[in-house]
Amino acid sequence: MSVPLRSATLYSNGYPFPLLTSPGWAMPDREFRGSRAGYRHGMDRITEIWGARTPHARDTPWPERVDLQLADGLAESDVDSWVQSACVLCSNGCGCDIAVKDGRVVGVRGRAADVVNRGRLGPKGLFGSWQAHRTDRLTTPLIRRGGRLVETDWDTAMAEVVRRSQELLRESGPLSHGFYTSGQLFLEEYYTLGVIGKAGVGTPHMDGNTRLCTATAAAALKETFGSDGQPACYADVEACDALFLFGHNMAETQTVLWSRVLDRLEGPDRPLLVAVDPRRTKVAEAADVHLAPLPGTNLAFMNGLLRELVEHGWVDRDYVSAHTIGFDDLVATVEPYTPEHVAEICRVSPADLRRAAEIFGTSRRVLSTVLQGFYQSHQATAAACQVNNLHLLRGLIGEPGCGVLQMNGQPTAQNTRECGADGDLPGFRNWDNPAHVEELANLWNVDPLTIPHWAPPTHAMQIWRYAEQGSIRFLWISATNPAVSLPELSRIRSILSSDDLFVVAQDAFRTETTELADVVLPAAMWGEKQGTFTNASRVVHLSEQAVLPPGQARSDLDIFLDYAHRMGFRDRDGNPLITWKDPEGAFDAWRECSRGRPCDYTSLSYAELRGGSGIPWPHGQERLYTDNVFPTAAEECEDYGHDLLTGAGVTPEQYRAARPDGRAFLKALEHTPPPESPSAEYPFLCTTGRTAYHFHTRTKTGRSKPLRDAAPEPWVELSAADAAGLGVEEGDVVRVESARGGVEVPVRTGRCRDGVVFLPFHYGYWDSGSGEHDRAANELTLTEWDPVSKQPLFKISAVRITRKD
Amino acid sequence: MHLATYLGLLHGSLRTLADAFREVASGHGDEPDVRLTCHTLANRIDRQAEKLAPVVERYGEHREAEPERLHAAGLDSARGGGVGLLRDLQDLYALTSFTDITWTVVGQAAQGLRDTELIQVVHACEQDTARQLAWLKTRIKQSAPQALIVG
Repeated sequence: MSVPLRSATLYSNGYPFPLLTSPGWAMPDREFRGSRAGYRHGMDRITEIWGARTPHARDTPWPERVDLQLADGLAESDVDSWVQSACVLCSNGCGCDIAVKDGRVVGVRGRAADVVNRGRLGPKGLFGSWQAHRTDRLTTPLIRRGGRLVETDWDTAMAEVVRRSQELLRESGPLSHGFYTSGQLFLEEYYTLGVIGKAGVGTPHMDGNTRLCTATAAAALKETFGSDGQPACYADVEACDALFLFGHNMAETQTVLWSRVLDRLEGPDRPLLVAVDPRRTKVAEAADVHLAPLPGTNLAFMNGLLRELVEHGWVDRDYVSAHTIGFDDLVATVEPYTPEHVAEICRVSPADLRRAAEIFGTSRRVLSTVLQGFYQSHQATAAACQVNNLHLLRGLIGEPGCGVLQMNGQPTAQNTRECGADGDLPGFRNWDNPAHVEELANLWNVDPLTIPHWAPPTHAMQIWRYAEQGSIRFLWISATNPAVSLPELSRIRSILSSDDLFVVAQDAFRTETTELADVVLPAAMWGEKQGTFTNASRVVHLSEQAVLPPGQARSDLDIFLDYAHRMGFRDRDGNPLITWKDPEGAFDAWRECSRGRPCDYTSLSYAELRGGSGIPWPHGQERLYTDNVFPTAAEECEDYGHDLLTGAGVTPEQYRAARPDGRAFLKALEHTPPPESPSAEYPFLCTTGRTAYHFHTRTKTGRSKPLRDAAPEPWVELSAADAAGLGVEEGDVVRVESARGGVEVPVRTGRCRDGVVFLPFHYGYWDSGSGEHDRAANELTLTEWDPVSKQPLFKISAVRITRKD
Repeated sequence: MHLATYLGLLHGSLRTLADAFREVASGHGDEPDVRLTCHTLANRIDRQAEKLAPVVERYGEHREAEPERLHAAGLDSARGGGVGLLRDLQDLYALTSFTDITWTVVGQAAQGLRDTELIQVVHACEQDTARQLAWLKTRIKQSAPQALIVG
């Protein structure tokens, strides 16, 4: 909970904010005994975000605790059937069962057997996963006629999509087409979309909104280890002696994972906790050391930590020489970053930096997690790579309690990355390796030249730029809401509104984006379709269909298959390019695609995934790199890497000459000033982020009454000193404005460091009740991105704040 | 000894190159990655020129008319559109290549003179120049199909 509320008077509603004075972590429920009994009822999980504690000792299993939420008046015994699934409202992927009664979803219950959550669910899962099923869904296709969206049928809508698609392919070829997808579809849907885009249409312009949430995780893993793939697992929480959270407000972004951490923090041999975050979050409050580097200075901070490790000899020299390359360059690069120098750049205490480094350097087992505070900020990939480097210097990887979790933001982001629906080739294949492209061409039975591989697949920010310039004229948006989630929204609205751009939007609801589309396709939601997805720790879950989609809504898979069929995509022998017709068929095709790659799914099947817990790839392996061999061999790696300063690609020849051969890269970089810093005109730095009660642009969570009531409107957080300086008090409405746009929101004081302000990014306009664009944080964010991961810099906008009277 | 002539050529071309990167940066402000990276690289080219200063002090610097002519023209103002960006990046590539080979020539002289300081300066700056070329090539390869086929 991000809210520093001193009183619950800001919003008068039935669901008070959790108060600062009663954080769940500080109040272990001493009455709670046993692993399951009695927990299904009786606690308000809006106020008690993380639920009751189940403390336990290091190296003991995380106890079960089954969380349940049913529609009012229903008991577990009233439910007709429980249908296996996993939650899709953050990247944690908690195993759950969907409650069905009379053909409708009526609730959800955590699965005790699941390795991810041991029965727990967070507020979003409990209150936001199923309530939206009953609301204002899109139930029929829409088509723009005379400037207005009107209802139509599938045949008309798809015929229009196919007509425009074929017309442009004839006129301008595949580079006129772009596909912008999500981190919230299923694996089967991404893989199908990937094959359509890469082998059917043959366009490099495919990416997901995962570019906004998880691109840096993938990039940092590729740069260091040669391939995407999460090294650690969640069970490492049980085994660690120290836990570092880098730019990761886990208490709000992955509430169940934070419960897992809390259960260690309150157990008998508490791990040391270090939080790196410019705000005093719940994580920071629970931490032994909280460091709040100024936004835009993460790399300088990380260089300081690394320098301390080197300086004090907290380096496993044998490990470094056997399993890494680049140590000398790393040492030379971090040399200038003394604690005092870092303190000047980052405005953190040198003593705190030294203490944090000592904890990292001397704890037996260290687990680190990284998220948007690093990924959406300046020098994102370089900073995230330094977390990997800390672990490599000490050889703390691949063992219980030791490792890195480069987190994801969305539930199925991992699959977007794996399946090639984003700026990657399927199966973590290397676009610059002809043998990898040949493998795909053989698998799909197409000419290798059909598969664009002259450059990396186009990243989202460039796709939008091409659309703005008019060279992309067909843009298919699925399961995402760029009109709220992309930076600099006035620009995005203008691109989407352009007459030259044909926009297809596929969603379960009418959104700010669908309103600007030419054709809107109604999609089935979670629980209304079948498919698998993979969480941030590589655990794969099967989500079964529990109920029928409403009206004419169809699964995203069926929509993609219909497009492929109507377009008549063929392989080299004239047979249909896509041979599968249902989710399981798509999964089986994907298994073949993944065979022999780091993300090998061949030992998984729908049958395997039914009944028990989710299962990690590859082959049920909890941790990667237990043998300290990394997928950096030139034949195996997913990417030859980049210059972290500019994003310049490393050539295959340069890569081979470095002879990585299974060793990890210690890549280093100097700190450079961020592209935007406070000025006289815009004196504050604004960061954007999340609340525990909402997911993304609230299309689902905003339709759940408890969640909506818990956080109905956006706000801005200021430090007490800054609020006093501005002469504003809690609840006063202010305008927060950058050079690009602004919002008008009430003030909350307390959690930010002086000079830094925070806006939640979830809020758009579908429920604002006004025609003004003064509510979405992305009105004021900037169109800039990291040179390697291409992730936008949401965390550093220079803003001014003025009181609205 | 003609080293002074070449130091003059190098010094002048570094200034031209830094200016050209800045010109492309400001002319293509709607391509944020181009703008930012060109600025970053221009600042690093300034640092190359600073590193050259003590060497110039020792050997002198002589500006010939003829090598001046080699300074590629055409970056007085940036071009517009996708193809314009491509051409501007190509001009930067040509200018950077010219600087690159000039560093090589100076580096050879430094070897012959056993000038350790100059050898180190050349080594550091050659790496930096390689980075410029690598980025330009990466960005040009990315832009070319879109600019030439559907731009």
